[in-house]
Parts: sequence; C-alpha cells; structure tokens
Amino acid sequence: MAHGPLFADLGLPPTIPLLDWPWDDALFLILAGILLAAALFVVIGRNIVRSGLAMMACFGALAGIYALAGAVIVAATQVLVYIGAISILILFAIMLTQTKAGPSNLVFHRQAWAGALAAIGLGLLLIVSMINTQWPLAVADRLVSSTTSVAMLLFDDALYVFALQIVAVLLTAAVIGGVFLAKREHTPDPGDRDIVTLDRLRAPGEPSAASAASAASASPTSASSSTTAAEQA
Amino acid sequence: MSHSLDAYLVLSALLFSIGTFGFLARRNAIAMLMSIELMLNAVNLAAIAFGAFTPSLQGHAALIALLVMAVAAAEATVGLAIVIAIYRNRRTPLVDEYSQMRE
Repeated sequence: MAHGPLFADLGLPPTIPLLDWPWDDALFLILAGILLAAALFVVIGRNIVRSGLAMMACFGALAGIYALAGAVIVAATQVLVYIGAISILILFAIMLTQTKAGPSNLVFHRQAWAGALAAIGLGLLLIVSMINTQWPLAVADRLVSSTTSVAMLLFDDALYVFALQIVAVLLTAAVIGGVFLAKREHTPDPGDRDIVTLDRLRAPGEPSAASAASAASASPTSASSSTTAAEQA
Repeated sequence: MSHSLDAYLVLSALLFSIGTFGFLARRNAIAMLMSIELMLNAVNLAAIAFGAFTPSLQGHAALIALLVMAVAAAEATVGLAIVIAIYRNRRTPLVDEYSQMRE
C-alpha cells in the first residue's frame, strides 16, 4: 500500500519524489520527532513556562499521530481537552505559583541520576518486550475507526453507559474538590489554630496571621457598636 | 513505518519513560504534574495503536482513550488545586521543601 487513506484523494504522487518514502511514513516521523523533542524539553527545560508551552506542542503532535492512526474523534478530543483545557489550567497554575526569589537554578533533585537510570531501564524493558511479542489479533495494516461506531458503542453498551455516568460524577467531584482546595480562607478563626505556628510558616515579608486576626476581630466589634448606636438612635 | 504496530508502541514507550524521568527527577510540583500528563498520553497512544491494528478492539480503544482523558482532566484539576493550596502556605512550588510532615 503506497499511500494511506489520508492522502488518497489529494492527487499527490504515491511516494515523496526524491526520498522514495510513503507520505504518511514521513508524516509519522516528523510528528514523532516533534513529540519526543517537545517531551524532552518539558522534562529537562529550565524555564517552567517554556516547559508548559512545549507540553502544548507535544499534545498537538500527539493529536496528529492519533489522526494518522485513524482515531479521528480522539484527535479532536485531544485538541479540545488537552490543548484547550488542561494546558491552560497548568499554565495558570504556573503563573500562580512562580517565585522570583525561589532557588530555581537547581531544576532536578540531587538523585536525578537514579531517576534517569530507572526511566532508561523501564523504556528499554518496554521496547524489548513490545517488539519481541507477537500480538495475536493484530492485522497487517491499520484501520480507520468511524466516529459513528464509537458513538454507537458508547450509548448502546451498558458497560460504557455506566462508565459515562461514573465519569460525570468524577468530574463533578473534581470541580467541587478543586474549588474547595484552592479557595482562599479569608478570616482564619483564631480559636482553632495556633497563630504562632502559622506565623512561623509564613515568609517574613508577609503580614502575619495575628494582625489579620486582630483586624478581623476588631471589625465585628465596630460593626456591632454601630448597630447598637443605630438601635439607640 | 506508520503501518506497523511496533512503531506506535515504541513511540509510546519512549514517551512513557520520558514522563517517568520527569516525575522522578523534577523538583517543581507542577513539572511533576506535567510529567504525569505525558505518561497518561503515552498510555492513550498505546491504546489507540492497539485499537488501530486490532479489528475487535476498534471502537473500544477510542472510548478507553476518551475515558482516560476525562480522568486526566479531573486529576489535573485536583492536583493543581493541591499545589496552589500548599503554595499558599509554604510559598514555594518545590517538593523537597515540603518537609513539614517528616518531622
């Protein structure tokens, strides 16, 4: 098969003219190169904002590979969910947690070489075992899965309908949990917490919890005095 | 090359090991979360590759990938909220500074 279904109706010659490669092999190589280079930059990049942008490039290349493998609906969802939502979420979290004063010159742990060894060993193990396995059900050439069959499977199969409901509950719980965790506590109750411990945890330039608590305790008394004054009037 | 299952699987293994290295070696908590996203994407790529080359798995692989994406979105939301909550207390995103529970 000289050229895949993606290139059948473009009127191109069956292979790249000078290199004698099929077009989709060249596209696969380019996308895989972009994917691996961007992933490496995500992992070893010094500036974390650039790492986040490289992660978006990585997701885009992966969407191209999904489309090349025939999973069109997954490619579209990858663009929508990963590039559109998760990357933006991560970029906002980067912007919220960046410190200029922090020691950012040391990107890796001191035990990073052990992590590198573990990752290389894991990768070699996976690659060797995958290449040496004869997948019994695999066919010789790839198939294009239609979106209609995916939708029929999703809404007909009772197992996937159940999984859809579970995912809905999970996403609701994640939204509620995310809002609860990231919510800023405005008035810490001074009776419940040890203010001295809280002050020790804070950076020196920041207003202490004791002054905030005293301000918070001062404002209700002034409010109550104003209400009593209003009642007397 | 793009017509063989092994090429997709090798690409997925490489992506997974890159993500593993990032998760083990980076100090920044958000970089660790990004590495987890890379690993989840590698798993998705393997599922899509098996679905593309196995006729009995065709729609199932796409559905599994979509479910993994939804779970990854939930995980990213909660993980980043936890990082922001810790950052508000400790004023640093570096995980080796989070030594309060060790003492």
